[in-house]
Parts: sequence; C-alpha cells; structure tokens
Amino acid sequence: MSAVVGTGRTSTGGTTTPAGRMRALAQAEFTLFRRNKGMLVTALLVPLVLPFSVQSATKDMDLKEAGLSIGTVMLPASVGFSLLFAVYAGLVGVYTARREELVLKRLRTGELRDVEILTGAALPAATTGFVQSVLLAIGCAVMLDLDAPSAPQLAVIGLLLGLATCVALAALTAALSRTTESAQVTSLPLMLVSFLGSGITVPLEVLPDRVASFCELLPLTPAITLVRGAWTGDLSAYEVLGAVLTGLAWTVLSVFAVRRWFRWEPRH
Amino acid sequence: METNEHEHVIEVTDLRRVYGGGFEAVRGVSFSVGRGEIFALLGTNGAGKTSTVELLEGLAPPAGGRVRVLGHDPYAERAVVRPRTGVMLQEGGFPSDLTVGETARMWAGCTSGARPEAEALALVGLERRTGVRVKQLSGGERRRLDLALALLGNPEVLFLDEPTTGLDAEGRRDTWELVRELRAGGTTVLLTTHYLEEAEDLADRLAILHDGRIAAAGTPAEVTASQPSRISFELPNGYFVGDLPPLDSLGVSGYEEEGRVVRLRTHQLQRAATRLLVWAEGAGVELRGLDVRSASLEEAFLRIAREASAGVESVGSSAVAEERVA
Repeated sequence: MSAVVGTGRTSTGGTTTPAGRMRALAQAEFTLFRRNKGMLVTALLVPLVLPFSVQSATKDMDLKEAGLSIGTVMLPASVGFSLLFAVYAGLVGVYTARREELVLKRLRTGELRDVEILTGAALPAATTGFVQSVLLAIGCAVMLDLDAPSAPQLAVIGLLLGLATCVALAALTAALSRTTESAQVTSLPLMLVSFLGSGITVPLEVLPDRVASFCELLPLTPAITLVRGAWTGDLSAYEVLGAVLTGLAWTVLSVFAVRRWFRWEPRH
Repeated sequence: METNEHEHVIEVTDLRRVYGGGFEAVRGVSFSVGRGEIFALLGTNGAGKTSTVELLEGLAPPAGGRVRVLGHDPYAERAVVRPRTGVMLQEGGFPSDLTVGETARMWAGCTSGARPEAEALALVGLERRTGVRVKQLSGGERRRLDLALALLGNPEVLFLDEPTTGLDAEGRRDTWELVRELRAGGTTVLLTTHYLEEAEDLADRLAILHDGRIAAAGTPAEVTASQPSRISFELPNGYFVGDLPPLDSLGVSGYEEEGRVVRLRTHQLQRAATRLLVWAEGAGVELRGLDVRSASLEEAFLRIAREASAGVESVGSSAVAEERVA
C-alpha cells in the first residue's frame, strides 16, 4: 500500500493539455445531458415542434412582397429555436446547476483554467445545437422545396456566430441567476426578445423599417439574418459585415462581462 | 526559489481575506509547513479555517499578505502549482448523476500524471462502487470519493478541508492511516478539522484559529503544555474552598466552583494532587467524583475559544501566567 501512495514518480498519466481537459469535461457533461430528461425534451423536441407554430403564422404575412417564402422563413426559425433552446436555455441551466452543486468550485481547484471549464461544459450543448441546426436545415430544405443555398458560407458563419453568442450569453445569464429555479426566469427575456425581434417568428423584412433597424442590433439577429441570407442571396457585403460585427460585439461584450461578474460558487 | 521549497512547502505571511460585504474572515495569519509535514488548522465554526485554506488552494487572491505554495503564488501562478497539489473541499462538488467511475474518469482526464482511476478508488475502498451514481453514495462515501480524486495526481501537497466529517469511526481511522502513509511517502498535508483527537493524533504541528487570527500554534504537545491540568471533585456538605489548604501551596493557579463541584487548574499536577489527597486523608474527607487529568488539546482548544471570545487578546502561555489565585 505504501508503494502505491508514494509521491509523484510512480505516476502513469501524462501531462494534460487544454484540449484534453476540455474533452474530459465535455464527455462527463454529455453523459449528464443524456441522463437529464427535462433537458433532453427542451433541447431535442421543442426545436422540432415550434417551427410549426411559425408556419401557421406565416399565412397572415405577405411573404412574396418581402421576397421570402415559407422555406426561407421556417428554416432560419428552426435554427433560431435550436440555438435558443438546445444551446442557450440548456447551458444557463447547466452552468447554474453545476455552480449550485459546487462542481464549478471543485473544478477550479484542479488544472482546468476558468475558460476551459466554461467551454468544456458548453461543448455538448453547442454540438447538439450545431447538429440539430444542420438536420433541421436539411429537413426544411427537403420538405419545403428550397433550392440549395446560393451563399452557403453565410449559413456556416451565421450558425457558428450564433453558437458563440448563445454560449457567452448563457454564461452571462447564469452569472445573474441565483439558483436553477431563478435561471428559468432570468433566461426568459433574451428568449422572448429573440423570438419576436431577431427574425425568428417574424422576419425583419415584414417589419416597419425603423423597428427592423433596431432589431438588427439584437444579439441573435445576426445569426438568423446570415442563415436566411444564405438562401435568399440578397445580402450585400455591407450587410454581411454589419451582421458579423454585431454578433461578434455581443459575444465579446458577454465574455468580458462573464470574466468580470461570473460567480463560481453559490452566494453565502 | 527551488532550494527554498525544500524547507517550506507552504509559506503564509500576514494573510488577510475580506469578503464582499466587508467581513474580514482572515486577519493576519502567518505560518509555514515543511516538506512531508502534516499541519492541522483547528478552530470553531467561522474561525477562518476554510477561508484560509481556499487562499492556499489558489481559489481567490488574498486581500493582503502573501501565500507561497511550492515557492509559487497559487492564485497568480496557477498553471505551475495545480499539477502538484491535490485538493479536497469541505463539501463535495460532484455532479450527482455521474457514477463514481465516470467522475473519476473525468477528473483523471483533467489531472497531470494521474494514476489509474481504479487504483485511486481502491486507496479509499470505493473500488466496488464504481457503477454507483454519486447521489446514491452515503455522506462518508462521498468524502472518500473526494479524497480519491485529490490523490489522483500523486500530489506533493495535499489540502484536506475537514476530510473526516461525516465518516464513521472506522472510516475516520482508515483515512488517518492513509494520510500517515502519504506523509511517509513525502507528501505534505494541510488539513482542517473539528475533531481535536484527529489533530492530536495526526498532526506534526497545528494552529488554532479564532476570529481570523492564530490563537495558539506549535506541536500538539507544545500547545497542550501551555494549558493547565485539571483536578475536579465534589466537596462534602459543610466544607468550602476556604477549608482546603492554601491554593498557592498546592500549586493551583486558579479555580472554579459550580455548586459543590470544585475545579482546580494547575501546572504542577502531581504536587497539587498529592497535597490535596494528603489533606483529604488527614481531614477524613471523601472527595467524590474525583477527576485528575493532564491538559489535553481539547481543553486547550475550549479554553482558547472561551478566552478569546471573552476578549482576552493574547492567548497561550502568557494568558495562563496572568491568572492568579482569587
């Protein structure tokens, strides 16, 4: 037994790397995700069902005049629901629950750096959101007879930007949430604002100009605009740049706010 | 710097910690721990034990003073220090829906030089519980899982915050045995505990914290020796303390009375006990409930807590000297 507990030199594992540490954490989080029924429903089912509510709403809109079709409304909406439910809402819950269970505090006693903890824990949700968005996009394209996107790179940029923004905002929201219960309330504002103002349930194209130009500044609008633009092909380079910069600005600001205000253990 | 660490693996100088609301939990604590030493921090609840240990673990920067672990700042130079330390927090910190095995695997993936998970779990006797979810473990099993993970990376320095709280007597003894083996292997251990016999048994040196300050420090024997021994007995009806031989001549430094029970404090236990018994024999008095005991760490601890909360500034040997027979 004494030989077993001797110091340092009998070690078998190598030195860890940031990627290796995040992979280990992500694997554990993925297992936890599979075992959490509430999260599975929110992340996997809700984004499949909600687009149908958008479909019925489109009947009252004059899509043709706005240069849109059911497909170019439904597909970005699906991606938006996936980002909000599978990634944003799910992660707010994960970060808050891990803090409550003192898991974050315990992880900080080890070799993981703070950014690795938040990123590693986000990987399963972000991966789910990515795969789900791609599948939903394919499903929409097939069922609603969309042509192949004329600017596919915009869809990729939009999706990745949306994922980054959602992860950063989820950490920020968790910083402002005291418990897992209150996290369900603190995550509502962004979700509601995004449904209504980020072009998910109502495309900005059918809104009055002044309202639309305000809505362009909302956190998730850039992702939706870029994804829709991939299919409509009507975004100018200027509009693409504006969307990317807006999305990046939200992400960077959130990261700074998280570094400043994130709490790693429950309040005493 | 490298030569220095062989002398003091942990060095704490005038450490201070202030919480958001302005509460000063640690108010100028200094001590050092040598390589291969077991150092215990004792104290009542709220004395500042955990607040101090968290600064050593590098979870927060101190409000003042200096911490060095293995020659480095554990907060600012986290990347250098963490691969060489193992930490067990006061309270778990494991997702309840992971199994023991999954938790260990995750932790091993985040730990440089990790030993095989099965080996770490076997050290604490959890090898048969790998498939059990953390939420189904008993409180004691959770403490042992925590200890196993703290040991995963063969740390040179081990921080254990109340490692045996919630363990049964056998589990506690097993943990003590393990900690002793670790010391024999050269590991430096800093632990906090509520259990005085744990500190007395295990620690090479200890410090008693009270109100964010060190009230007494030294080897268990030194801290105990600064405290008086105690003789207590019941005086028969009709007898009063004044009927005893002059307390000065007994070598008694102070006393308390509670009903008929008298408690004498002395630094000359044999002399006091002998003269008291000789007097009782001569007077034909039976001292019922006679209890003669050397100073223990427990008494030292209780006394320090009592005196400190009564506002006595310096505690330890000097406080005893202040006491005169009433």
